Amino acid sequence: MTNIVEALRWLLTAEAWAGSGGLWVRSLEHLGYTLIALGISAVLALPLGLLIGHTGRGRGVAVVATGAARALPTLGLLTLVALFTGIGLTAPMVALVILAAPSVLAGAYAGVESVNPATVDAARAQGMNGWQVLTRVEIPLGLPLILSGLRLAALQVIATATLAAYVGAGGLGRPLFLGLRTYDYPMMLGTSIVVILLAILADAAFGTGQRLLRRIPGLAGPQRAPGRGSSRAAREGSPRASRTASDASHPVTTAR
Amino acid sequence: MTWILDNLAAIGELTLVHLALSLPAVVIAFVVSIPVAWAANRVRILREPLLTGTGLLYAVPSLPLFILLPAVVGTSVRDPLNVVIALSIFGLALMVRSAAEALDAVTDDVRTSATAIGFSGMGRFFTVELPLAGPALLAGVRVVCVSSISLVSVSAVLGVSSLGSLFTDGFARGIIGSIVAGILMTVVLALICDLLLVLAGRMLMPWNTARPGRHRLRPRQSQSLRQRDSHSQSQRQGAAA
Repeated sequence: MTNIVEALRWLLTAEAWAGSGGLWVRSLEHLGYTLIALGISAVLALPLGLLIGHTGRGRGVAVVATGAARALPTLGLLTLVALFTGIGLTAPMVALVILAAPSVLAGAYAGVESVNPATVDAARAQGMNGWQVLTRVEIPLGLPLILSGLRLAALQVIATATLAAYVGAGGLGRPLFLGLRTYDYPMMLGTSIVVILLAILADAAFGTGQRLLRRIPGLAGPQRAPGRGSSRAAREGSPRASRTASDASHPVTTAR
Repeated sequence: MTWILDNLAAIGELTLVHLALSLPAVVIAFVVSIPVAWAANRVRILREPLLTGTGLLYAVPSLPLFILLPAVVGTSVRDPLNVVIALSIFGLALMVRSAAEALDAVTDDVRTSATAIGFSGMGRFFTVELPLAGPALLAGVRVVCVSSISLVSVSAVLGVSSLGSLFTDGFARGIIGSIVAGILMTVVLALICDLLLVLAGRMLMPWNTARPGRHRLRPRQSQSLRQRDSHSQSQRQGAAA
């Protein structure tokens, strides 16, 4: 407990926060890494996930790949890439993107799949083409799951970005590893507390964002649909969507 | 490659140490999550605090937790026990929610039928609800198991030895073979444990035909199931009135 008091005392000193190696700069670096890694993962994995969900093709491969990626130790990837690329930001970015992409991918295809097939059929019957079905029905209705995939990815990246400093990059891992090497436990613990707070804040921000999005009227159905009919079909279909899915695939149902 | 062949014994030893760190955590997470999930479902006021609380635990990054725990529990930073406790906390964070949803997905009809044919509260839980929730629980344990095995290696940067030591040593000494061996062994270990869990699930639950990957949709499903149940319940009550 005395360690925690000392860590808090260190956190309250000005020199812990000020300067180019201070906690403010390190936190910003940390957030920057997170945003870049999340952005790259989203650019790579979102379209692929939506495509898999929309066409249903490649689903088996995606499930196996996301499962296998979960088993990949990030520290291993990080050190392996770092041996080839040297000290710098490349290795952490590669490792963080490989860490985050599966969650984004899984959220995207699960989101699209969670949309009631009857709703999709109705949208097609209204004359929507594949692209319109995807952008006006499947993405808006699947948004909660797509977002929770991104949220999970963001958390994982914030947590793991501390390792970037292990291969010479910045971020909050810097003071953490410095404390580890110099047996400065208050510094190490204080930095850890900052990382934990950052993760919890990011999680809370995502949670609030998701809750606000749910309040937007029309998100339950596509907002800018051309005809009223299609948006109504989608909106009415939404509660049914989850229900049919649950009937078809619920473990308890299949157990009987 | 020659490095791997020359160091097979050391790799094997680290694999066992790795297992000794991760498996207890998986078991602890599973065993503790069941009563917590039961309480969360049983006492509705507790549900949100328990589920959000454990969810928040998952937001805590692993490396900082490895460092924070000694200050709270009184172990040292390089103590393996410290790693087991931290991993159990992560496992619990993942498992409580999926266990609560798995148990909650057992329909009221089933519960009522079981009570009607004479099951007591505890008997009903262990012989009816738990087996029916089994497939979904298994899906949860599989995720916990794979992610624990992968997470252990992070503790190597603090000096706790595991397959992660192959990464830190390999990086420090510039041996690619060491890092590759560590990655391969971690993935193989995770896959073997996952396979064993699936086989155990088949043996313990021969009725289970649930397909893998489907459990992702559960949160929304159980909600809609609940809605449907409360709906049919109110209908029934209305008919009775």
